[in-house]
Amino acid sequence: MSLLDPVWTSLLYLAAAVFFILALRGLSSPRTARRGNLIGALGALIAVVTVFLSSRLENIPWILAAIVAGSAVAAPVARRVKMTQMPQLVALFNGVGGGAAALVALLELSHTDDPWVRLAIVFTLLVGAVSFAGSGVTFAKLQELMTTRPVVFKGLPAVMGVVLLAAVAAGAAVILTGSAALAVLLLVLGLAAGVLLVLPVGGADVPIVISLLNAFTGLAVAASGVVLGNVLLVVAGTLVGASGTILTRAMAAAMGRSVAGILFGAFRGGSTAGSTAVSERPVRSSSAEDVAVLLGYAQRVIIVPGYGLAVAQGQHTAAELAQALEARGIEVDFAIHPVAGRMPGHMNVLLAEANVPYESLKEMGEINPQFKTADVALVVGANDVVNPAAKTSSGSPIYGMPILEVADARQVVFLKRSMRPGFAGIENDLLYEPQTSLLFGDAKDSLAQVLGAVKTL
Amino acid sequence: MDGMSLLTITVLAVFVGFEVVSKVSSTLHTPLMSGANAIHGIILVGAIIVAGQAADPWLLAVALLAVVLATANLVGGFVVTDRMLHMFHARKQVAPKEGAGKVEGR
Repeated sequence: MSLLDPVWTSLLYLAAAVFFILALRGLSSPRTARRGNLIGALGALIAVVTVFLSSRLENIPWILAAIVAGSAVAAPVARRVKMTQMPQLVALFNGVGGGAAALVALLELSHTDDPWVRLAIVFTLLVGAVSFAGSGVTFAKLQELMTTRPVVFKGLPAVMGVVLLAAVAAGAAVILTGSAALAVLLLVLGLAAGVLLVLPVGGADVPIVISLLNAFTGLAVAASGVVLGNVLLVVAGTLVGASGTILTRAMAAAMGRSVAGILFGAFRGGSTAGSTAVSERPVRSSSAEDVAVLLGYAQRVIIVPGYGLAVAQGQHTAAELAQALEARGIEVDFAIHPVAGRMPGHMNVLLAEANVPYESLKEMGEINPQFKTADVALVVGANDVVNPAAKTSSGSPIYGMPILEVADARQVVFLKRSMRPGFAGIENDLLYEPQTSLLFGDAKDSLAQVLGAVKTL
Repeated sequence: MDGMSLLTITVLAVFVGFEVVSKVSSTLHTPLMSGANAIHGIILVGAIIVAGQAADPWLLAVALLAVVLATANLVGGFVVTDRMLHMFHARKQVAPKEGAGKVEGR
């Protein structure tokens, strides 16, 4: 087979890079997003075909078989996964991308003795391994294979420090000697650093960590582009690194925190390692019928969904309840906190799946002034994003995070599984206020009971 | 490609990346992240190159593992993003008849 002319190769890679830029731009507006994603997929297809046509490759049947295997595993999973499990799937795909970058760098080590290329290899190995292991732990947390609470043990900062120092030493040794054994050691140290990085991160901060690890994988891919002298990998990886960084910072800003504070807060014992003690103060617990009466005779209801809704798969029931209330002439909106759920914009995706009209989903800045005119704020499986401690108690780990002002509503109803504090582990004083009532139970069951009761009013 | 050109391209790509996503609304944060996630699956190109050069069966095995992982990232990423965005699209069609006089979404 005759090889493609290098000029054509470069042009096709350039086209793929432009397609990726168009894809990202398209994804920033709802109208153009789906087309943007397809343009990105087309860019990827062009790039993969180009590499087969332009490089002298051995083992082509094996490579094709591996591509078929990878697609056969990933495509059905991506097609069938429940929308509530989307965050962990994205974390998983992100991790395997980082792992692939690290393996590519490992294999390229024997092909170079240029110290700069070796530096890029060391960077890719380390960051790719951190991303792989970090995403793995994130996946385990989100899939609830392990505790969603921060895992902090005494001496964690010291262990992390030792691992990082060892990684720097091993990296320097790889650059000087090009030893494959040391490179494998570096890979292992990177995996350990990734685990240690994510372990202390608590539930509420996980969305930000997914976004950050996404940026990490982007940077690892960019560095592998330097290793292979492939411009497309450099451009695509850098694009993802930059956009991931922006997204991470935007989300951290939405929580009123710094990225460093989220990652290292728990090391200092501050972040999410709050008390788990349940207060003895009395709360007003309510029945589904009472809640239905409150809702059914209101004029304006604002529903505040949180991760509890996602866990219970209650988004369809929530949408039905909203429809039933609207049928009674009640104005119903959903108030979406930017970090509600387990990844940025998670609630929007879930409620979109349940066919909630786009314009009923209100962003925080838009809905907050409207709580004053709302008769009932119905908080479904959310806690930290409505916790007034974020405004009032300067010692609180979530202090400074903008919240949804549900306390302004005339009545507040919480649908909660238990009195256990939210993922940030901080007690919510709002639960004990006189205008607050609580309906305990699984979010979906509670919603279904309330829905049934509303229909009989 | 020499180091200077590569550096130039990298710096420009950083600015393009910042520019194209700087004004995205929080509504689309999930698909944007997932879409960006799919794009870095292009490491598949690198994995194919190293697999195509691998002479030793062990090296080939490692390289093929990289190909499988990268393909999963690339294919899975684009499919899952498309599925998410499809729902955003579908809502506009369903909203008018179910949402009692609601107008079409933005």
